Amino acid sequence: MSTPTETLRPPAPPGLITWIRENLFNTWYNGVITVLTLLLIIAAINTAVQWFINIADWRPVTEYFLLFLVGQYPQDLVWRVGLSLAIVCLLFGVSWGIGGELIQSFAITIATLLALAALIPVQIDDLTLPFRVFLLGCVLLLYLGFIFGRKKRILGLYLVIAWLIAIALIIFVLLPGISSVNLLQEVPTTLWGGLLVTLILAVGGIVLSFPIGILLALGRRSSLPVVKGFSTAFIELIRGVPLITILFMFSLILQVFLPVGSRFDRLLRALIAITVFSAAYMAENIRGGLAAVPHGQIEAAKAVGMNAFYINLFIVLPQAIRVVIPAIVGQFISLFKDTTLVIILGINELLGIGRSVINADPEFIQLQLEVYLFIAAIFWIISYAMSYSSRKLEQALGVGER
Amino acid sequence: MSKKILIAFTLISLFALMLAACGGGGDEGETLGRGAILNRVKERGKVVCGGRTDLLGFGYLDDAGNNIGFDIDLCRAVAAAVLGDPNAVEIVPLTAADRGPALQTAEVDILSRNATWTSSRDSQWGNFTSVTFYDGQGFMVRKDSGITTIEEMGGATVCVTSGTTTEKNLADAFRQRNLDFDAKIFEETASVYSAYEEGQCDATTSDKSHLAAVRQGFAEPDAHVILPITISKEPLTPGVPHGDDQWFDIVKVVIYSMVNAEELGVTQANVDQMKSSDNISVRRLLGQEGDWGYSDLGLEAEALAAAIKAVGNYGEVYDRYMGPNGMAFSLPRDLNNLWSEGGLIYAPPIK
Amino acid sequence: MPSNQPDDQYTTHSEIPFWRDERVLRAAAQVISAIIIIGVLAWVTINFIQGANQRGMSLNFKFLGDPAEFPISDSVIPYDPSRSFGYAFLVGLIKTLLVSVIGVFFSTILGTLIGLARLSTNWLLSHLALAYIEFHRNIPLLVLLFLWYFPVFSSLPPVEESIQVGESIFLNERGLYMPMPRMNEGGLIWLISLILGIILAIVAWKVLRSRQEITGQSTYFAPISLALLLILPAIGWFLSSNTPLRLETPYFEGFNFQGGLRLTPEFAALVIGLTMYTAAFIAEVVRAGVQSVDRGQIEAARAIGLNHFRVLGLIILPQALRVIIPPLISQYLNLAKNSSLAFFIGYQEVFSVGKIAINQAGRAIPLFLMVMVSYWLISLFTSWILNLYNRRIQFVEH
Repeated sequence: MSTPTETLRPPAPPGLITWIRENLFNTWYNGVITVLTLLLIIAAINTAVQWFINIADWRPVTEYFLLFLVGQYPQDLVWRVGLSLAIVCLLFGVSWGIGGELIQSFAITIATLLALAALIPVQIDDLTLPFRVFLLGCVLLLYLGFIFGRKKRILGLYLVIAWLIAIALIIFVLLPGISSVNLLQEVPTTLWGGLLVTLILAVGGIVLSFPIGILLALGRRSSLPVVKGFSTAFIELIRGVPLITILFMFSLILQVFLPVGSRFDRLLRALIAITVFSAAYMAENIRGGLAAVPHGQIEAAKAVGMNAFYINLFIVLPQAIRVVIPAIVGQFISLFKDTTLVIILGINELLGIGRSVINADPEFIQLQLEVYLFIAAIFWIISYAMSYSSRKLEQALGVGER
Repeated sequence: MSKKILIAFTLISLFALMLAACGGGGDEGETLGRGAILNRVKERGKVVCGGRTDLLGFGYLDDAGNNIGFDIDLCRAVAAAVLGDPNAVEIVPLTAADRGPALQTAEVDILSRNATWTSSRDSQWGNFTSVTFYDGQGFMVRKDSGITTIEEMGGATVCVTSGTTTEKNLADAFRQRNLDFDAKIFEETASVYSAYEEGQCDATTSDKSHLAAVRQGFAEPDAHVILPITISKEPLTPGVPHGDDQWFDIVKVVIYSMVNAEELGVTQANVDQMKSSDNISVRRLLGQEGDWGYSDLGLEAEALAAAIKAVGNYGEVYDRYMGPNGMAFSLPRDLNNLWSEGGLIYAPPIK
Repeated sequence: MPSNQPDDQYTTHSEIPFWRDERVLRAAAQVISAIIIIGVLAWVTINFIQGANQRGMSLNFKFLGDPAEFPISDSVIPYDPSRSFGYAFLVGLIKTLLVSVIGVFFSTILGTLIGLARLSTNWLLSHLALAYIEFHRNIPLLVLLFLWYFPVFSSLPPVEESIQVGESIFLNERGLYMPMPRMNEGGLIWLISLILGIILAIVAWKVLRSRQEITGQSTYFAPISLALLLILPAIGWFLSSNTPLRLETPYFEGFNFQGGLRLTPEFAALVIGLTMYTAAFIAEVVRAGVQSVDRGQIEAARAIGLNHFRVLGLIILPQALRVIIPPLISQYLNLAKNSSLAFFIGYQEVFSVGKIAINQAGRAIPLFLMVMVSYWLISLFTSWILNLYNRRIQFVEH
């Protein structure tokens, strides 16, 4: 046995030239494609930068910034929205501490978004220094919550209760206000708008449609023909039409049903319509997940003597949901984008506020492109962040690997 | 599984039934009675007004997010008259398709949304009070196109907003003259005007007040001209739901008071001094003497004075948004001037 | 515990009380749920009709015969405001179908190309495809349509300065104008012969080809079908008295070009926006499908010596299609439903015609029902096609 006189070093990682040769020019047609694409990209970037620097006039965005964020919410009462955000950040941090990997990617994404928003290098009137500090403070709260959750290891049940209380507090007390309390002036939902409403509708829609979707999915798999028929009909009917028709139709139907003179909150109408719409798609996603659970599991559970209810609760649903989470996040993203359609109910969510801003000054008619690009950017950033988190979550859960 | 579904469905159906039971009492005779709206306004503590947030001059937003505009000020005047506080209003943004049903179901107390008073709307939607703005539908073309009449527009491309009487009037006007035209119809007014400005259309049509507003925002306002033709009458009138005569009268009298105030020289600034004026009509208007109807209407004697103090008289409201120094744009009063100055604004006396 | 043993002093025999018996419960559940569902639906419908009547919202469809009195730009079939509401609705429906079909066609091609580009070995290309996909998946379609319509299409030249390609193609900001064949009087005969030719060619192909597969003798099915396809219309051409088709070229008159085929910027923006948006999703579906094919298959194919394109066409695509087709069809359905956003950029398809008609006629509920039924029919049609395909490729699984 002879020891090698010199240890062989592993080959050095390929340098830049090698990488270019292998990835961009490995075949002749790849080389051509690379050159053409590079030219295309350079031309496009050049035009975009030129426009951005020279021609674009961002006045509608900088002057009406707060409107885009919270709509017509009275600007001296915006601290309540801030408080709600702070509560959410704190609870999210605690959830991260307890939930660990499940929540990690989302928490980090949200923290990054808040930090980015705080550090926008552009001078915007409404984005004052205290505001920026507040946003950074929210990131800090997130982190503090994380530490707290890790240290205390509170039971998951307490956390769920805390979330429920927090949501009830935000939706029923903080945002709308109570007339009797001086500090909490009333703010009717017709004034809520902008990104605030978009987020409320999207998050509320997904969260509320989850239980309904589960019921519908189970109903569709049921062996009772009436239940199965009803669930299938409901799902197929809702999925067969665009969301905009459901919104409009729901509003019409409601107007017929309600007694003359009553006011059914418009935001609530939109939320219900979106929930119903989302429930149908959620049901289909869950059905896919249910089908992914190996039948052997159910048979084994039956052999052990569980009845149907417990089988669903402890065996089927947990496994199904793990498979279904990527699809659910995808649905959240498309729901988030679809909230633009509530314009038809007269609700000024982000795109609706954009419309109002364009019409607020005769000179803004020529600045439509800037407004739409800004709105597109907000949607894009949030949607991309969500889908990035979802991918990280999939990796953490090991979906597709086991 | 079956038990769970059974329980679930029973619960859902019960819930649905409860919801419908609370919500729908649709079997009883469902029209509002006299006094119903005033009562609910007082109970609620604010007036609910259907309006717009995206129409420059009439209903739009300032950079703090407040609702401002000609139509909005009318709502504030009513709130001031009824509740004493012009800020006790809630503006519900309504789309064109929604304004009819919103008024029909009395979801809003007043519809102050730049709506044209027509006979069919009067029969379907609600009661129309008193014309606050006499508008007409006209055309805007480029000056260098040389067009001066509709007859010269055969075959032209015209940009128009969807879903309003504007489309219909356009079609009628061309059909009557046996002319073809090519319509570009958009949902949003901003799209209409940018399409026109970029040259996608030869002409655009809308209420002349809109055209004036928009023209000011163009890159070259003087390159465009609003033709002196009017193809239809557009009396913009606030509406109230059917069935409550008292509320109908209340809104009307507020409008009348603003017009009378301008005639009599009462302004937002001098309301308090004018209460001791020598002119009997002024004192009656401001509730110092006589009963102008407030007792039957359930209002305070000085309700109209409160309204005028809150928003000003008709001319002041007009000038605020559309006068020579108007916030939105400037449009000569023409038809919207007082009858004594050659316009059509005329109101019955307050006495 | 159920027991069929006879009673005696040692065993007790208890029957399941009926309120715990599965069979009874199931039957009861069915009956009760049926009653509840039907009851709720009936109550809702009755109250709805009552409520609508009270509020003066009429529910009949008589108004469909009244003149519409609103213009529709760019209608495929001839339309003017004096036509009825029903006809206007039909125009809108045709426009929806037109956009959907064209959109489906182009987005499939573009989506497949981008999906394959994503899998390319060229780093730049694959990441460019990734950027494209990520961009279009994360912005709302409405914003994309606005972005396409306003800056892009508005920068085309005005009518007076139209770009002219060749003799008779014009491009300006009002549209792309091209020559279009139109039928003359004799055209009908030719049209019939053309259709006949196509049908007979397809029939001949199928019959002769299966005959060839069964008997093994060559029946020359390809040349025969081709001949049928070409000869029959040619006969029809000569039979018709004069030339059945004439080429209509656009000409400038008054304000616009008249005649020929016109592609409006609204239509183009809608098709392009929908195509690019849906293509991003289709690209992901295609990518997932191609990646779902077992690597072993590809390795074996390369071992035999097939080159890249053959591997793609013979090995990968047929197996990938099984995974691709169902989500692909649901993307098509999404495209059809997304066409309802067209009215924001000035293209009147069925949803916007419905909205305009509601404003003019005030009959919100019947009109809206018609709009929703149209979409349901489209989605039923697509589901039916999907089910047909699924049944054909079904693995029977236990």
